[in-house]
Amino acid sequence: MTKGLCYVEVMMENTGYCSESFTSLQSAASDEDMVEIAGATLDFSSTEDVPPLDRDFGSVGLENGINGVPKLMDLLDEPVPGVGTYEDFNTIDWVREKSKDRDRLREITNKSKESTWHLMKSINDAFSGWLLMLLVGLMSGALAGGIDISAHWMTDLKEGVCLRGFWFNHEHCCWSSNENTFQERDKCPDWKSWAELLIGYNDGPLAYIMNYLLYVCWALLFSFLAVSLVRAFAPYACGSGIPEIKTILSGFIIRGYLGKWTLMIKTITLVLAVSSGLSLGKEGPLVHVACCCGNILCHLFTKYRKNEAKRREVLSAAAAVGVSVAFGAPIGGVLFSLEEVSYYFPLKTLWRSFFAALVAAFTLRSINPFGNSRLVLFYVEFHSPWHLVELVPFVFLGIFGGIWGAFFIRANIAWCRRRKTTWLGHYPVLEVLVVTAVTAVLAFPNSYTRMSTSELISELFNDCGLLDSSQLCNYENITDIKLSGNTLPDRPAGHDVYTAMWQLSLALIFKMLITVVTFGMKVPSGLFIPSMAVGAIAGRLLGVGMEQLAYYNHDWVIFKGWCSPGADCITPGLYAMVGAAACLGGVTRMTVSLVVIMFELTGGLEYIVPLMAATMTSKWVADALGREGIYEAHIRLNGYPFLEHKEEFSHKTLAMDIMRPRRSDPPLSVITQDGMTVQEVEELIADTTYSGFPVVVSHESQRLVGFVLRRDVVISIDNARLRQEGIVSTSRVFFTEYTPPQPPNFPPSLKLRGIMDLSPFTVTDHTAMDIVVDIFRKLGLRQCLVTHNGRLLGIITKKDILKHMAQIANRDPDSIMFN
Amino acid sequence: MQAAGGVRLLALGCVLVLSAQLAESKNSEDIRCKCICPPYKEIEGQIYNQNVSLKDCNCLHVVEPMPVEGKDVEAYCLRCECKYEERSSGTIKGTIIIYLSVLGLLLLYMVYLTLLEPILKRRLFGHSQLIQNDDDVGDQQPFANAHDVLSRSRSRPNVLNKVEHAQQRWRRQVQEQRKSVFDRHVVLS
Repeated sequence: MTKGLCYVEVMMENTGYCSESFTSLQSAASDEDMVEIAGATLDFSSTEDVPPLDRDFGSVGLENGINGVPKLMDLLDEPVPGVGTYEDFNTIDWVREKSKDRDRLREITNKSKESTWHLMKSINDAFSGWLLMLLVGLMSGALAGGIDISAHWMTDLKEGVCLRGFWFNHEHCCWSSNENTFQERDKCPDWKSWAELLIGYNDGPLAYIMNYLLYVCWALLFSFLAVSLVRAFAPYACGSGIPEIKTILSGFIIRGYLGKWTLMIKTITLVLAVSSGLSLGKEGPLVHVACCCGNILCHLFTKYRKNEAKRREVLSAAAAVGVSVAFGAPIGGVLFSLEEVSYYFPLKTLWRSFFAALVAAFTLRSINPFGNSRLVLFYVEFHSPWHLVELVPFVFLGIFGGIWGAFFIRANIAWCRRRKTTWLGHYPVLEVLVVTAVTAVLAFPNSYTRMSTSELISELFNDCGLLDSSQLCNYENITDIKLSGNTLPDRPAGHDVYTAMWQLSLALIFKMLITVVTFGMKVPSGLFIPSMAVGAIAGRLLGVGMEQLAYYNHDWVIFKGWCSPGADCITPGLYAMVGAAACLGGVTRMTVSLVVIMFELTGGLEYIVPLMAATMTSKWVADALGREGIYEAHIRLNGYPFLEHKEEFSHKTLAMDIMRPRRSDPPLSVITQDGMTVQEVEELIADTTYSGFPVVVSHESQRLVGFVLRRDVVISIDNARLRQEGIVSTSRVFFTEYTPPQPPNFPPSLKLRGIMDLSPFTVTDHTAMDIVVDIFRKLGLRQCLVTHNGRLLGIITKKDILKHMAQIANRDPDSIMFN
Repeated sequence: MQAAGGVRLLALGCVLVLSAQLAESKNSEDIRCKCICPPYKEIEGQIYNQNVSLKDCNCLHVVEPMPVEGKDVEAYCLRCECKYEERSSGTIKGTIIIYLSVLGLLLLYMVYLTLLEPILKRRLFGHSQLIQNDDDVGDQQPFANAHDVLSRSRSRPNVLNKVEHAQQRWRRQVQEQRKSVFDRHVVLS
């Protein structure tokens, strides 16, 4: 490796090229070199997610330095830009970030008493959080509205085009025409299918084949464009995004994951992927889009740009906004953020998330993508009551949902693991095209799979009334019916309903199998809608079955009390809703947020009890079959350093069993507070790959002074060599408060106390591991020092804990890749 | 890149402006009253659409011609359900056009990056500088390229070089991301 490389190049090299370059405190050899600055003047004016080694000293953003450095010293040292930032694929130090924020706030509050200008600044600081939430809500709402409109149009583009204006989809093309009939609600002369355009007529086998062929071709074109754009511009835009966002919110850094290009590509390719007919939804990617908006807008406010912990508060709120615009469910979105995505969720974030979700819902409503001032496609309006006996089939649906959830997670993880490790992963574009071709070819013949999944779900949720004429609602009208409201009594099923039943069963099997393969491909993909579709189909089948059973056997003992002939007792649409909730709960293991989302979707408060029953049953069954939800399973698959909130650490181990160095390892690499020269420090850094070093009084006493991070030491030494007079390799490095004056022939000494953390967390070697894990979780630590009788003994890092937990659970400890 | 952010903001601005404008000027084609009337006695089910305002959106105004007469009108109208709907066709048109233009620009840029740029570079700089192609294999090449680019930029710091420098850095980032995600399957399995 050539010397004279710029520091940035090596920083970037850290992140990508060698497989062991994800540093851990005690990992094996790597080939990082210590670098010298080449002297080039680099322009780092872009503040977007590049490792911010800002060399333009005009923007000095850092405050007093880290915890506890007295202000007097700061008059002598200016803060070095770059100190206090983090490398890619590393965990942040929550404690440091929070105390930085507290210092900043304290300074603003103290200064605000001085003058009106400072008072204005402090008010501005307090309001900036709310202003940021407003902007996040507006931007996400606008983007979601645009995505909805474009997706609707493009989905219909596979079937035909509107001659009145090519930008109208089928429903809007025939919106004001008078040719709609009761049977064919969307018929009008302006809408031409492709067969009509190409060969002139729409009936007969040739037209069917033409439509089929063009459907498949459009689907292939859309998915090819999607995967090429993802590959060419923003590879981070693929997949759902929620596992990575969960990890980011727990303190991990993935640079570029929430950047401008990722946002743009994810928005564009999401529409393409959804329109290509693949079995995926857009809710997970919308959460990613909203978090990207949050991250980008954070750069407008210094308070959030410089502080990683504050930024994660904004991202928690942005995740709530994402679900809110996906479903039109602001409260459900906040609860989703609380339950599924966020790691720390203080009460302040609750208010802010709610505000942002509300703003986004308003924005979406004003854009009005559905033309009815509705927020979401599944708005259901029935209010029929349900009976206690029906809890039995609801619980049965919950069991089905749980079983399906566990099966789906296992199958999907196995498929993704195969994609990660075998030849399957070498052909991502080809894989997308093949899956799209299979989906399109199998989906076109069955009208229930040809329509978009959202439309399918809304049709299944719909209860059949007098005004419906679809195939599913083709019941026989027995006598002249007396209207009581819009509810009809249970009627025997007509011929079309039986046709619909077996078509739906085929659709169910198809969707169950194809979603396993689709989720995780290299296009943006979500799985809320496919899971809900599976559940809705199963629920509707059961509901129609129950309805016919009750009609033909109304004198059975279970139906006798409440279901007399001529009454409307069973509502198949409700069964579909409950089934959808059960399947989604089985896959994601959401509980409260799922119930709230479902009743915000439907507006039916009387259905809370069935929804809760089914959700709880499905969660219990799914947890019995497999411990993790789909997002945790993907986090585990990728080896992210995510310390679960919910896992119990139940073994009786002590801190000294987990800590490093073990007995066979070389002793702990430490820096002494006044005994090392610059050269020795540089050699120490070059010889090891640890991302931090404890500072001790001396090698003999091993009494702890503090802790320094590798990145900060490297930046400070490089900066000192460049800017400070006379610093050479034999200059002594001091971490003490008062440096002794040097004899005249000696080079000046380098003071690095400002970058040292004076209050590292320590535990004694006999601390039980569950307490240590609790400390890590609650405080968000990255490493913790272990002392024995007051002397430094070793160190425990988050990665060690994760590896140990993996070992206990009989998983491969080497799968933990990051620190 | 700044251009990308600018384009995004522009798109966002367009959508917001359009939707604001069209909230005021309601095209008469954008409102309708839709009445769905189920089958009644011998009469088949029918759907009636008319561009009337909210106060006129009921069965008597919209259902024309009335298929029944006299006393049956009330019974027929009781079964009908009339809903008032409005939409904004301008928003739809604007959104689709913005989306297609952004998609088209991205596709053009992608074609340029993958196909045209190597050809142009080869023509301009000759074969000796072929090594500077970013998509080459080998870990060392992008750094050598970057160092060259940066040392050149020190001598001529003008806007064009800044843009090129930023673009080079962006492309390196994307290449790394691509390696992590597509080749080594480290992130985002």
